[in-house]
Amino acid sequence: MNEVALNIDGVAASVPEGSTILEACRSVDKPQPTLCYLENLTPVNACRVCVVEVENNRLLVPSCSRPVEEGMVVNTDTERVRHSRKMVFEFVASSVQMDLVDEETREWMDYYGADPSRYGNPAASSLDRDSRHPGHHPIPDGSEAANVHQPIKVDNDLYVRDYSRCILCYKCVEACGEDAQNSFAIAVSGRGFDARISTEFDTPLTNSACVFCGNCIGVCPTGALMFRSEYEMRKAEIWDEDEQSVTRTICSYCAVGCNLDLHVQDNRIVKVTSPIDHSITDGHLCIKGRFGYEYVQDLGEMASTPIDIVLARARTT
Amino acid sequence: MDLRLMDATATADEIAAVDVVLGPPESGWTGGVMTAADTRLAQGGYHAAAAQRHLLLPALLQVQSEIGWISEGAMNYVCVRLQVPPAEAHGVATFYALLSTTKRPDRVAHVCDDVGCRDRGGGAILEAFGDRDDVVPSPCLGQCDRAPAVFVQRAGESDVVLGNSEPMEVELVLGGGSAPPPPVTAPQVGDGSLRLLRRVGVVDPAGLDSYRSHGGYEALIQAIGMSPGEVIAEVKVSNIRGRGGAAFPMGIKWEGVAAAPESERYLICNADESEPGTFKDRVLMEGDPFALVESMTIAGYAVGATKGYIYVRSEYPVARQRLEGAIAAARDAGLLGSDVAGSGFAFDLEVRSGAGAYICGEETALMNSIEGYRGEPRNKPPFPTQVGLFGKPTVINNVETLMNVPDIIADGGAAFAALGTEQSTGTKLFCLAGDIAAPGVYEVPFGVTLGDVIELAGGVTGSGVLKAVLLGGAAGVFVGTEHLDMPLTLEDARSRNATLGSGVVMVYDDTTDFRAILRRVAEFFRDESCGQCVPCRVGTVRQEELLARHLGGESLDADLLAELAQVMGDASICGLGHTASGAIQSALQLGLVGD
Ligand SMILES: Cc1cc2nc3c(=O)[nH]c(=O)nc-3n(C[C@H](O)[C@H](O)[C@H](O)COP(=O)(O)O)c2cc1C
Ligand code: SF4
Ligand code: SF4
Ligand code: SF4
Ligand code: FES
Repeated sequence: MNEVALNIDGVAASVPEGSTILEACRSVDKPQPTLCYLENLTPVNACRVCVVEVENNRLLVPSCSRPVEEGMVVNTDTERVRHSRKMVFEFVASSVQMDLVDEETREWMDYYGADPSRYGNPAASSLDRDSRHPGHHPIPDGSEAANVHQPIKVDNDLYVRDYSRCILCYKCVEACGEDAQNSFAIAVSGRGFDARISTEFDTPLTNSACVFCGNCIGVCPTGALMFRSEYEMRKAEIWDEDEQSVTRTICSYCAVGCNLDLHVQDNRIVKVTSPIDHSITDGHLCIKGRFGYEYVQDLGEMASTPIDIVLARARTT
Repeated sequence: MDLRLMDATATADEIAAVDVVLGPPESGWTGGVMTAADTRLAQGGYHAAAAQRHLLLPALLQVQSEIGWISEGAMNYVCVRLQVPPAEAHGVATFYALLSTTKRPDRVAHVCDDVGCRDRGGGAILEAFGDRDDVVPSPCLGQCDRAPAVFVQRAGESDVVLGNSEPMEVELVLGGGSAPPPPVTAPQVGDGSLRLLRRVGVVDPAGLDSYRSHGGYEALIQAIGMSPGEVIAEVKVSNIRGRGGAAFPMGIKWEGVAAAPESERYLICNADESEPGTFKDRVLMEGDPFALVESMTIAGYAVGATKGYIYVRSEYPVARQRLEGAIAAARDAGLLGSDVAGSGFAFDLEVRSGAGAYICGEETALMNSIEGYRGEPRNKPPFPTQVGLFGKPTVINNVETLMNVPDIIADGGAAFAALGTEQSTGTKLFCLAGDIAAPGVYEVPFGVTLGDVIELAGGVTGSGVLKAVLLGGAAGVFVGTEHLDMPLTLEDARSRNATLGSGVVMVYDDTTDFRAILRRVAEFFRDESCGQCVPCRVGTVRQEELLARHLGGESLDADLLAELAQVMGDASICGLGHTASGAIQSALQLGLVGD
């Protein structure tokens, strides 16, 4: 494949034709922040936190999706770029609960000096986000900053949806749809600030096309989609990542050979992920690999650790 | 695809409404009654059904219009007929303001309280009805020349439009009464020297013969005697630029599509006209619908498209009906169809309705809307001339832009360019409204000054003292009296950091409460943002909140507003986000608001 030469912040880079600016940046060790981008999904370039300045382009350009061109001159740290990135982080963090995002994102927010508090006090949680009508909203008086805070959706034993944490990155929709699962159980509904991830008519997942593969959980960057086990343990304040070990293994259900990362705390599997850079399924799984782990820890009488008690209680309520 | 559908079933009325659009189902697998023969089929037409996805919005609109809302059962039936996943269909239905997925009154009045109507009776109508659930505020309805405007959706009956309306009339229609469509008004009616408006108010919009007796279809006959390349060459010589807002040269677009390697190509007329303050395309379509049909036929011939779509906003029922009449009459006369005017060229037109979404006027959002997806703009590049409707090379032009084509062919590109300036050729329609004596659409050559068109429309009313003009619509800018001498051309507007946009000239006198107007503009962009990208989805909310605070008496945080403006302008995906702060920033600079 042909190589394309370009210049990034004064450094010469050369990447295969068809690469994105983001890939080119990474090739010269200049990481860029991203929110809606993931290696195993089609870029939707919706969050705009990865924007860069490209010479002869009037507008900033999303690096995650724009293909490189010969001779391109890219700047990733100009005043305009820094401003846009800071504002995008502020916009997201002033409207969405962000306390479970990864360390890297937090560092980027600090780097750009994002201060979400300057938009005012956060509004209270609202109960009507699933029924808002497009083209209409209550006229604000400006005394508080609108947000997406709302009650968490707990409608099955396997995973929960906490859309107060949803930044609308479209990743779960892509994973559920054409990029992986082809179930199309969830889609974006509503419009504008009231746009939201939803099943048809907000029906419970158990009544939807969801097959509980958990691939949406696997791609969610904010903890909006979460194993029920993790959710219950966090609620009981016994979730402790420092105490967890991660063991790579191969799913034993069928012959595909999906790799599993078993997250274990106190000798209990508390969640299952799959390595995104693995060639067999690019990090995606089915319900058996994702959630079918109970049989390896069928403990019978011995099930009496705090984790067992918390999860048993959740199952019966 | 093996779809998981909902449990709800459609009523007979709902099924009948959907079948109006889709015809009866092919088999028991795609919504029909399951027969013994069906059970022996290995595949019951899923692929054929899914290929009809572009009928999703028409089907939903038909249910909305017949039943008054879209129930789970009705949606389910649409999903099985088109093999669309229910979650996606719900995502589409909840994108549009004129579709309802919950039961609501059979008649709903949408009362314009936007930049033209709010202070001219629209606000008062809304106040008179309080929080009744059958009277709701609406963004601009494209009738600013007859403010206040009202649009009434009626279950089981056609929608109606009310102009110069009053609470009594609204009450009457909500109570079951009807109202005749308001007449097309064009203040310059009868002026034969005009190009675009010369037939408006003169020709019978329902009569092909009437159109032909006023010179109609002479240009098409001339065009099919030329090669497509020659037609495009004339358009290029005319140097005409788009009238939809972006002012892109039409000839270059056409050339791009004509040169595309793919033979399947499309033509779209953008008749979504939802830019607040704009109503010129409505006047053209209502007054001279055959001219648009002829224009598009010539355009289709030039670029090698066999199918054209006219995407009209739902709030223009009269325009839609007249265009459909004109298309049918042209088809009957052999001026559309498999052999246009005996030339061997095959071309046909179809009208598609929007459903209440300003963003669907953005060209790529419009294409997604036609295809049956949410009206979210696509990333560019690639541009529509390369990857457009259904992924094929597509020309998309505004109504007014296209309507110039017959004159360009009949008189030649050079004669066309003789009017206007070198960079802004031809004439331009301006939509005058607000505090103006004779509101309406005016046609003038590019280069006439702002002050001149205001005079042409009878001058400033209200207090009689001009304070500012909103030029180009909500996506445009406010300009003050120091710009009355501005020649209305693309280049002069640009050099003064203004824009002609879609031709809006909304006039405000010195008693105007600009804080309220600006908050309404901010409300508009928040409501109409598709929600896809963060700068616009959240930026438009924060912008409205800051203005609301100011309206409530707090001092205006102009610095933060400017910061919002910068990120929306720099980093948004589409033009909505790019322009969402333009009017507000210009008002600040003019000192119309602030401390
Ligand atoms: C938010 C938004 C709304 C738009 N609405 C319209 C519209 O209603 N009608 C229109 O012709 N162009 C509209 N446009 C411009 C179109 O994207 C496109 O540029 C135009 O249809 C091209 O036609 P023209 O070259 O003939 O102007 C809109 C653009 C944006 C960003
Ligand atoms: S668990 Fe799988 S099927 Fe269910 S919503 Fe998530 S991605 Fe879709
Ligand atoms: S739920 Fe998670 S993955 Fe889905 S859109 Fe929201 S943040 Fe993104
Ligand atoms: S700028 Fe606004 S309307 Fe345009 S894509 Fe982004 S969110 Fe949607
Ligand atoms: S990571 Fe590029 S736009 Fe979100």
